[in-house]
Amino acid sequence: MTLAPQTEIDRQGRGWYKRNEIAVTPWLFLAPAILFFAVYVIIPIFQSINLSFYNWDGLGEKTWVGLDNYVQLADDPAFEVSLWNNVKWLVFYLLAIPAGLFIALFLNQTVTGIRLYKSLFFFPFVISQVVVGLVFSWFYLPNEGLLNGILGLVGLGPINVLGDPTLATYGIIAAGLWPQTAYCMILYLTGLNAVDPEQVEAARLDGAKGWKMLWYVIVPQLKPATFIAFVVTIIGALRSFDLISIMTNGGPFGQTRVLSFYMFEKALAEFGFRMGYGAAIAVVLFLIMLVFIAYFLWSMWQEERAR
Amino acid sequence: MFPTPIQKRPVANQIAYKTFLPIALIVWLLPLIAVAVFSIKPDTDFTQGNYWGMPGSFEGFTNYGMVFFNSDMPRYMLNSFLITIPTVIGAVALSAMAGFALGIYNFKSNIWIFFMFVAGNFVPFQILMVPVRDLTLDMGLYNTKTGLVLFHIAFQTGFCTLFMRNFIRQLPFPLIEAARVEGIAEWRIFWYVVLPLMKPALAALAVLIFTFIWNDYFWAVVLTQGPESQPVTAGITSFNAQFRAAYHLMSAGSIVAALPPVLMFFLMQKHFIAGLTLGAVK
Repeated sequence: MTLAPQTEIDRQGRGWYKRNEIAVTPWLFLAPAILFFAVYVIIPIFQSINLSFYNWDGLGEKTWVGLDNYVQLADDPAFEVSLWNNVKWLVFYLLAIPAGLFIALFLNQTVTGIRLYKSLFFFPFVISQVVVGLVFSWFYLPNEGLLNGILGLVGLGPINVLGDPTLATYGIIAAGLWPQTAYCMILYLTGLNAVDPEQVEAARLDGAKGWKMLWYVIVPQLKPATFIAFVVTIIGALRSFDLISIMTNGGPFGQTRVLSFYMFEKALAEFGFRMGYGAAIAVVLFLIMLVFIAYFLWSMWQEERAR
Repeated sequence: MFPTPIQKRPVANQIAYKTFLPIALIVWLLPLIAVAVFSIKPDTDFTQGNYWGMPGSFEGFTNYGMVFFNSDMPRYMLNSFLITIPTVIGAVALSAMAGFALGIYNFKSNIWIFFMFVAGNFVPFQILMVPVRDLTLDMGLYNTKTGLVLFHIAFQTGFCTLFMRNFIRQLPFPLIEAARVEGIAEWRIFWYVVLPLMKPALAALAVLIFTFIWNDYFWAVVLTQGPESQPVTAGITSFNAQFRAAYHLMSAGSIVAALPPVLMFFLMQKHFIAGLTLGAVK
């Protein structure tokens, strides 16, 4: 940043602060945010990594065990289940993106009351996951649930979604997809608003329509919206905790645990807190997330440079 | 416009679209409609197995009265407000300043500090859990609203700074240069030039953070326990224990708990959506 020459002259002979104002001010403005962020976010990451090499019950002395926690993880069947469930979450949670696009396309019209429709479709996102979890667990109730009522109408047998070790995770993911789809929908509605009408008209004259038009003309223009939808959905999938805790509390037989939930259970919810072991699980989760964080930052970096 | 405006389609299609729209909405919101209906049902409906049918009688007043006067719910609600509002103020204030510093000044480590905030905003909560809980215990703030507020401010600062910085980058820079030529002090530029222009961003962030923090469950469970300081999301689970299988009361409680962010959304819809979709278009 260059200063107009006369301001430079004005500054001479004044106090140190006045002379260095441009260099010092940003740091003064950044100080409180950096302080808070360092104390509560950055330093704890390293503390957790450090803790993962110890055994600690949260009260007594910490004992150094080296990589022992990680070695144990490799043989821990509950860890394996959690890891696989995380993969399922990642894969199926991403369905929110095409589903959101689909609803956005459906709602991208100008009929009376459409604005109200859009906001009501978005509604599930505003509600806390705790409430979403409760509602869906009632929906899945083995005998009285609405799902079984509907299945009964078409002659399908009652199923106990949340009581079935293989189905339960999918049941929870379905509940999570509800608000997440709403989020992706709103991103795409905004994106569709900005689609260049001239390109659409030009493509129409060239005979493009329907799926071809969507795939070759519209979707490329929605790239920024897709990127954000991808980021928030991945983060959401790896953060899944509330729904699991409310709907199944990890059960049945621990089959709906994911890393974030298992970590919490090991570190806090069990008798004899195993903080070190919990920290090791958190580190694994962090490393998975780091792959995505690196990708996100890299994309942002590319964009910054392009400016 | 894509898809083709329905007005350009045959009349039959238009009618089909207009009929299908409300049906689709009802299906989409079915879970919520169910809770709303649950919350005005009498207890006997559930014991007699009438879960999803019409309410046997209207018990809205009894059920909501129970929630408001015979449970810890008002306490939890108050806690939620006392946690959410200071967090909103704190996070928005810190990030407005940080965003100003990162958006206006070109110093060497600018982009790295910015990336630190962005990356930190994405980390899984669990890697912070044990150290943050210890820190809160050490400061004597475990099971206090203050402990929760301090953490929330710090964590939300990441997202808010990302948002503020990108917003400030879009402001016309010549305005700031002009102010500098006039010899206006930098902090005055922040206060009198930049801040007034940031009003839409401040509003958008305030409603977003309000919703995020109101709906937080994980940290509420990690850093607090009991009705003295727990927010309503955590409170509703103990409510669950208090009224086991009392679906009508649970539903009424859930609706009460969900109401503030819902109202916030409908009143501030424009800002809310502007905040969520920042960056969704170039």
